[in-house]
Amino acid sequence: MFRNNYDNDAVTFSPQGRIFQVEYAQEAVKQGSVVVGLVNKTHAVLVGLKRNAEELSSYQKKIIEIDSHMAIAIAGLASDARVLSNFMKQQSLGSKMTYGRPIPLDRIVSQIGDRAQTNTQHYGKRPYGVGLLVAGVDEAGPHLFEFQPSGLTQEMAACAIGARSQMARTYLERNLDKFDGCSRDELIQHGLSALKETLSQDKELTVDNTSVGVVGVTNGKKESFKLYEGQDTAALLEVLEQRESAGAEAESMEVDS
Amino acid sequence: MTSLMGNQSRGETIGYSFSEPTSANVKQHSFYPYTDNGGSTLGITGSDFAILAGDTRSTSGYNINSRMVPKVFRIGGDDETGEGAQVLLSVVGFAADGNALKEKLDTMVKMYKYKHGKPMSVSACAQRLSTILYEKRFFPYYVHAILAGLDEEGVGALYSYDPVGSYEREQCRAAGAASSLIMPFLDNQVNFKNQYIPGSGAGHALEAVKAEPLPKDTVKQLVRDAFTSAVERHIEVGDGLQMMIITKEGIEEVFIPLKQD
Amino acid sequence: MNHFPEAWGRPRNDVYGAYDHSYLQTTGPKAHTSSPAVTGTSVVGVKFNGGVAIATDNLASYGSLARFSDVKRLRTFGDKAIVGFGGDVSDMQYLDRLLASMDINENYSPRGNMLNAKNLHTYLAKVFYKRRSEFNPLWNHVLVAGFDGEGEPFLSSADLLGTTFSAPHLATGFGAHLAVPILRRKFPEGMPLEEISQEDAVQALKDCLKVLFYRDARSIDKYSIAVVTKDGIDLKEDEQIQGQSWAFAERIKGYGAQTV
Repeated sequence: MFRNNYDNDAVTFSPQGRIFQVEYAQEAVKQGSVVVGLVNKTHAVLVGLKRNAEELSSYQKKIIEIDSHMAIAIAGLASDARVLSNFMKQQSLGSKMTYGRPIPLDRIVSQIGDRAQTNTQHYGKRPYGVGLLVAGVDEAGPHLFEFQPSGLTQEMAACAIGARSQMARTYLERNLDKFDGCSRDELIQHGLSALKETLSQDKELTVDNTSVGVVGVTNGKKESFKLYEGQDTAALLEVLEQRESAGAEAESMEVDS
Repeated sequence: MTSLMGNQSRGETIGYSFSEPTSANVKQHSFYPYTDNGGSTLGITGSDFAILAGDTRSTSGYNINSRMVPKVFRIGGDDETGEGAQVLLSVVGFAADGNALKEKLDTMVKMYKYKHGKPMSVSACAQRLSTILYEKRFFPYYVHAILAGLDEEGVGALYSYDPVGSYEREQCRAAGAASSLIMPFLDNQVNFKNQYIPGSGAGHALEAVKAEPLPKDTVKQLVRDAFTSAVERHIEVGDGLQMMIITKEGIEEVFIPLKQD
Repeated sequence: MNHFPEAWGRPRNDVYGAYDHSYLQTTGPKAHTSSPAVTGTSVVGVKFNGGVAIATDNLASYGSLARFSDVKRLRTFGDKAIVGFGGDVSDMQYLDRLLASMDINENYSPRGNMLNAKNLHTYLAKVFYKRRSEFNPLWNHVLVAGFDGEGEPFLSSADLLGTTFSAPHLATGFGAHLAVPILRRKFPEGMPLEEISQEDAVQALKDCLKVLFYRDARSIDKYSIAVVTKDGIDLKEDEQIQGQSWAFAERIKGYGAQTV
């Protein structure tokens, strides 16, 4: 019987040049519930869809504040994400301690990228089973980065990872040119709209399953990271509903004319 | 010639080894890792507030390093704005140790919030500060720290420390260069020590005035009086008075000029 | 002459006493710097409207010996920060290497070296404090000049104990006694920075260096001066104190060949 001989560890290439363990880790990211990130000249936004393992359990956290200037959204193994977020928290505090400055985003992202890469080149190690969206501001303005178990990191204008994230990415690609000109609140709404695209027929965005995180700079003044969860998201979801119905109306009018 | 004769009797050997072991003349460290940067701090609590204050002068010997070096800090807040802080710390003594201590406690409080998702209580913070100080029992932080905040009931809480971590909760405390000038004043004006009700009796029958929490404006004025007096009598105290008042509404910070002489 | 070749060419024991081998010992307590060797004297700095000026002389002394008369004690970091070193020159050179490697490291990031003078000062103070806590101090007192995160002029001091403070004008070493009073008189604290021009600041530093040259025996009349503004750093390293007047020296009685 056929058996894949090249997936016993994360350090062996297959003859086709693939590392299966890393690809499997990336599958773990696709199993996680979706998170969306988007950025413009003033703000970076993270939105996430929370899941509860069972009716009686609490919802898994999707957005973790690292410091007042940055946060991560996670898709995949939450416990692996915790290890990474602890590391990032320490690096961030360390930078504040030694230089008195918030750590630049590209720097902390390349640090976790290096850590993840190490797991793919040392025998006996396991890749992280989590993908991250890292959003924050530094001296160069707002940023959004994507991180994958392979160690790949890249700066993004907008991004979605996790289950059914393709729908969100499609929304982001279609509306990309609108992001730069829009306000903080509009950017959040675009994030929520993208998130909504990923939902299956019987699902809805509610105050229980939605998380929103925002960080930004306005006229050179930093706006610290703010996390909206539970009842705090109610107002945001209400606006989303209004926009959707207004949008639907406009669409139907177009059809009429 | 005398040295020639005298030295021969010592019988020193010339060996083949360069690293001749010798007990003579082991180098001693002449580096002293502490200095005193002067200044004074003071804390007083009330029924729903706590005040921490300190002068802003920094000294080295008879030199004034700077007239604007704050000694009172917000703990656990945003790094730039201090927003979100619920604890105040004042440090006086060796300023470099004071800063290191402040940053360490600040980091601890931030990690606590990150790990537990809620701010650290003042009593927990007070205990933690004690262990931080005691960790360096044999190379201490050369500072007198005072911690202030509001306790679980919303009542003003004040904790004072010695350099190696002994601490207690108090109504008021003065620390630093002019503490011996300010503390007796506080005993009398805050805890009403040596104040008796006139005509309540003679000798031991005299009834003491009962101490009770003072209103905020009275305490603010006491702090100002304490410092203006200390400035007159202590050369290491002066330039400016920094006052932080913590209430359930938040932290208010005021700077008041003091004499610069 | 004897048959122990190690002893040849060495100071004779019978004349000079036993040779002190203690410095060759590998056992016993580890010896750290317990006093500086080759040293630089004062650093003076002053903030003005739109920047900071900082100056040192170019002398490195070995005790009372004027050992090296062309040592540059102002070091740039990136294009918007400068450090003036007082104290041990070898420790200065170590810190200079440390800062140079940090600058290279920072320049790997896409936006280049983003560390401003305030960040640099925080870092240096941490290095000093760490080393003093290990009882192995870097024997320096430095001034850091440049801009803070808000783009405001920044001037701050850090010393071998990790003590830090900042003020509109600062001076280390002898300058703390001689230069600071001059600067405080010229630019009283509380005077808005907008009222201090670059020319006045630079002239004040030159005056301070002159007074220091007159009265500090460990100083020299060749100096370096740097001005940090938004346009960058203007560093001059081979300056000469101008307009010296030694007329006052003739009125000093009690020294030299004077009899009255």
